[in-house]
Amino acid sequence: MAHLSDIVVAGLILVGSFFLLVGSLGLATLPDLMRRLHAPTKATTLGIGALLIASTVHFTVATGTPSLHEVLITLFLFITAPVSAHMLAKAHILRHPDLQARLPVPDNSGWATVTPPPEDACEPR
Amino acid sequence: MIETACMVAFAAISVAALLNLWRLAVGPDVVDRILALDTLVVNAIALVVVTGIWWATAVYFEAALLFAMVGFLSTVAFCKYLLRGNVIE
Amino acid sequence: MRHLLPHPLLSVVVAFVWIGLANSLSAGNLLLGAGLGVLIPLYTRRYWPGRVTIKRPLRVLEYFAIVAWDILVSNVQVAGLILFRSGPKLRSVFVSVPLELRTPEAIAVLTGTITLTPGTVSADLSADGRAVLVHCLDAADPDAVVRTIKSRYERRLKDIFE
Repeated sequence: MAHLSDIVVAGLILVGSFFLLVGSLGLATLPDLMRRLHAPTKATTLGIGALLIASTVHFTVATGTPSLHEVLITLFLFITAPVSAHMLAKAHILRHPDLQARLPVPDNSGWATVTPPPEDACEPR
Repeated sequence: MIETACMVAFAAISVAALLNLWRLAVGPDVVDRILALDTLVVNAIALVVVTGIWWATAVYFEAALLFAMVGFLSTVAFCKYLLRGNVIE
Repeated sequence: MRHLLPHPLLSVVVAFVWIGLANSLSAGNLLLGAGLGVLIPLYTRRYWPGRVTIKRPLRVLEYFAIVAWDILVSNVQVAGLILFRSGPKLRSVFVSVPLELRTPEAIAVLTGTITLTPGTVSADLSADGRAVLVHCLDAADPDAVVRTIKSRYERRLKDIFE
């Protein structure tokens, strides 16, 4: 039983580090920022998720009591990764007027980064 | 077996961190550098977690959690500064 | 009940976070977690005037399962694109997805889901909150991406939140 868990933990560590490496490789090689944004938000998040699951399994088997620490970090990273990606994309759009001109236009409005909010905008609750 | 996997993971994550550092150095824009820093923080968390497995100790988890929080907050603060010219309005 | 527990969901999250931080399921920690779960929402009540309503709790599990599966698929796809098709061959395109969702929480969950799932990153929201700007890493048919987002995620979120 301990042997099986060792295989699972080792496999998850390898998968996790592979995705971390692919994410950073994408960050280094993709041609422009919007494309580079894809690599860290997806690959890196899954990589760290796999490593943290490996850690959960390892410590749960090693100590005999469930280890819940890692679940917190995993959830935190999965919730925050899209938020930071969204903020980075907004900052990128704001700093590049040529990109703003190429964006598709939404009905009856503009994108929030470059347009002031309308009078009847829904208030944050 | 886990030791071997940890060694491979250390190597892979170190290469990943070097790639992030390269992106941090060349830019070209400030947003690229923020993205590189954000990814670097995630790789640092990964190194901390693998170190925890390697030494079979749970004392590093607070460090990983704090890294995650500070990394997220600093990314958002940088972006907020670029977007609004101010961090706390 | 309403006065003691203004935000039942927040209470559950606070208790869960405490148990995770303490990393122990002992009776004392469970009690302390439950206590914090009651006290913290009470003290911070004035910062949370609204209340999130989840109409169909069981649908949340279904949604989580679908998103978790899509995250796995998207990572394999993006990894393949990065390793084998990197460079100018990627057909990257911005698309605008009109939204039917109106509650801020539902829109926040939808944009987060878009970022974590296959080949798409949510980049901006329209000023009136009725469309979301999505960047696709490699889309042969941008309309299909919009249709997938609307039928796969938005419809389910509408069931859950509205």
